[in-house]
Amino acid sequence: MSKFTEDDLKKELETKEYEYGFYTDIESDKFPVGLNEDVVIAISKKKNEPAWMTDWRLDAFRIWKEMTEPEWANIRYKKPSFQDISYYAAPKQKPKLNSLDEVDPELLKTFEKLGISVGEQKRLSNVAVDIVMDSVSVATTFKKTLNEKGIIFCPISEAIQNHPELVKKYMGSIVPKTDNFYAALNSAVFSDGSFCYIPKGVTCPMELSTYFRINEGGTGQFERTLLIADEGSYVSYLEGCTAPTRDENQLHAAVVELIALDDAEIKYSTVQNWFPGDKEGKGGVFNFVTKRGLCEKNAKISWTQVETGSAITWKYPSCILKGDNAVGEFYSIAVTNNYQQADTGTKMIHLGSNTKSTIISKGISAGHSQNSYRGLVQISPRANNARNFSQCDSLLMGDKCGAHTFPYIEAKNKSAQIEHEATTSKIGEDQLFYCNQRGINTEKAIALIVNGFGKEVLNKLPMEFAVEAQKLLEISLEGSVG
Amino acid sequence: MELKEKLVSSFLAFENKGNIDLDSTVHAIRLNAIHNFEKEGFPTKKDEDWKYTSLKPILKEDFSLFPNAEKSVGYKNIKDYLINDIDSYNLIFVDGQFNSFLSETTHEDCDICVLSSALARPKYKMVIDNYLNTISNKKNSLSELNTAFVKEGAFINIPKNMIVHKPIQIINFSTGSEKEVLLQPRNLVVVGENSHVQIIERHQNLSKNTTLTNSVTEIFVHKRAIVDYYKIQNDSNESSLIDSTFITQKQQSVATVNTLSFGGKITRNNLEFYHEGENITSNLNGISVLNDKQHVDNHTLVDHKSPNCESHELYKGIYADKSVGVFNGKVIVRQAAQKTNAFQQNNSILIDDGATINSKPQLEIFADDVKCSHGCTIGQLDESALFYMQSRGIPKKEAKALLLYAFANDVVEKIKIPQLKTLITKIIAKKLNVQLGFEL
Repeated sequence: MSKFTEDDLKKELETKEYEYGFYTDIESDKFPVGLNEDVVIAISKKKNEPAWMTDWRLDAFRIWKEMTEPEWANIRYKKPSFQDISYYAAPKQKPKLNSLDEVDPELLKTFEKLGISVGEQKRLSNVAVDIVMDSVSVATTFKKTLNEKGIIFCPISEAIQNHPELVKKYMGSIVPKTDNFYAALNSAVFSDGSFCYIPKGVTCPMELSTYFRINEGGTGQFERTLLIADEGSYVSYLEGCTAPTRDENQLHAAVVELIALDDAEIKYSTVQNWFPGDKEGKGGVFNFVTKRGLCEKNAKISWTQVETGSAITWKYPSCILKGDNAVGEFYSIAVTNNYQQADTGTKMIHLGSNTKSTIISKGISAGHSQNSYRGLVQISPRANNARNFSQCDSLLMGDKCGAHTFPYIEAKNKSAQIEHEATTSKIGEDQLFYCNQRGINTEKAIALIVNGFGKEVLNKLPMEFAVEAQKLLEISLEGSVG
Repeated sequence: MELKEKLVSSFLAFENKGNIDLDSTVHAIRLNAIHNFEKEGFPTKKDEDWKYTSLKPILKEDFSLFPNAEKSVGYKNIKDYLINDIDSYNLIFVDGQFNSFLSETTHEDCDICVLSSALARPKYKMVIDNYLNTISNKKNSLSELNTAFVKEGAFINIPKNMIVHKPIQIINFSTGSEKEVLLQPRNLVVVGENSHVQIIERHQNLSKNTTLTNSVTEIFVHKRAIVDYYKIQNDSNESSLIDSTFITQKQQSVATVNTLSFGGKITRNNLEFYHEGENITSNLNGISVLNDKQHVDNHTLVDHKSPNCESHELYKGIYADKSVGVFNGKVIVRQAAQKTNAFQQNNSILIDDGATINSKPQLEIFADDVKCSHGCTIGQLDESALFYMQSRGIPKKEAKALLLYAFANDVVEKIKIPQLKTLITKIIAKKLNVQLGFEL
């Protein structure tokens, strides 16, 4: 057997393309490119939306037209042309199915490649999966179990039809249409997304999860998620995504709104693995996401994210700690390799008394990538005894990448207690040597050390995702150490 | 008339007045700077660097740009603001003009004199051409404004291998001869190889009238030189100060800047360090003790361009009443700057509910083999320490002040001139309204 040398490995890694890069050939119901009021109205019509929703979208569209793209983030890219995107794509076959057998076999194959056989998940992990394939829900499982508890978990388009009072009340209340450029765009053209309502005092019996995928070339995806946890309820929500190889840049501008009423708790976990572009930084997904949660009295929102993909990431999951004793948490690992750029972090707005927040952010940069942490901790004058702890650590691999931290700390109350610390380091030679000496090759050793570096965050992920996330970290850093 | 228009329109008059025969290069520098300023204008809150500090309340005043110097200022008026029990060189400016009667300058081994005479004399042409306006940040519209009106300030030129035994005090007084006065001192400091110098800078308003000082200092620290620079900012509540200090360091040099802020309406410090050589050490220390509606904004930048350098940054703040503190510390480690050690720390205490602190410690790192960290805390006094002291018979007020004093002491300790240390300790004790039970 010929020896597999380090050079071979390097070559293999360099030529290794995005593992999940494939393209499902399903005939798509697709709009012509471009965006104007007619397109917005057409999207609304297509989804059979009531008039108030159409008006809401049009209003958002008018606001969006007046706005300009934000340029303050520490990222460089060629701005997408918003007139060259098709704003709606849905699989042709309509998705009103009751069992998996009715699902298009092509679709099922796609999921299999992704390693998420719906059937298997259903049986083994007790997870209800609401699969979003190009903007329209395909299969919703476990609906019955959830129904018994009174939990509403459905695509947002259905919620608009069936639960207009909830949607009307909460949609746009946390992320208003005027919030920012991408949120306004999303409000105007959002295609679909998930809606979840947990009634008073109910603990959701299973992890809710949605897999998002961009499938159709040249279509942007505009997801809208609305999650309401009524008083005293609990829910853990998982979101994960992988996207196939595409040459042109794809745009993903999602909005996620979480509402935790008194005593409620929401745990929101994300594994993001959009296509990051190839070795030269060609292609890849632009990820401009607005995520925000509101905590009422004694409520808790916890964001956990593992960011490995996207050419550009612009994402700041935030918590507004409005009620007294509210708790906000943010755990993040952001990995950038090759020419990826990430500008991510969180905002913790302390409004109520005795509010607490924790921020743990781990950034890993390799190759030619740039990784920025940008966070805001704000203590309002009314927030007595507010407490914040922030830690952002960066790990640099190679001398062509960059790690940046931009923390903003604003305190207006004397009883506030805030700690912030940040460190930057690289993988120690001695650590590597130790592993090598024990017979662990360098590649494996690095995976080991990186996993250790991110452990505090990985531990916060639900079990199923923790395993997947660890694998992802390894895949995304392969070949980054010479 | 808006202040900006007023400044731009008075520029020609200022240039033509030219009672001293200036070099054409200086004219070119001025002209270029006024164009830049005219283009940029004053910064607003929309600029990221001015997010937390608004100049609006001070810029609306009708400033007199070229005040007449009050002749009647004598030693007795200013002696409180000098460190008297110390032998020093003094550069005293009154309303923007040099007062030779009160100053003590030298041309013997080194030049400790004023910029206006250096600009006028051919002897210094080389120095001026080589250094003036070479490191002032051209993107900073306020330093460009200062450059446009460059004329007067301290000129310190220390040759090679020289230890200046006496500290240098640079004090800018304003006498309130007119209701609102804008002063724009410009200091140039060149320190040759292996030399050592200590400088104390202060701005003081002698009246109740409004003063705005827009000061720029450029400091060049050559190989193995050591510079200690102290900024005392304890002005009246009618005075505002915008201070920009730019420092370039050559290899193995050590530069330390201590910013000691205790007063003033709005104080803005831009402090920028640029490294050009290996094994450089930069120290940035700051202490702010504020009350009333005082506002201090510290913006620092350390730009690590070469390997094996160090920077240590420590800023502490105590904020009472409705005072506002801003800290924005930026450390850039460029790709070539391997083996850099950069440490940054910002600790603040809010005493009253109306007080605000905005802190933004920033790291931008492009090199992998570095040790960089920043820390930032905002908190209160340790209740248990307070209780312990009270249980030992120390009244609460005193105990509090002692703890605050101890908090500030980390920075005070770094002051190397004993007389200055005593002065600062006294100012802090007075600010905290406490009688220290020990002699200083």
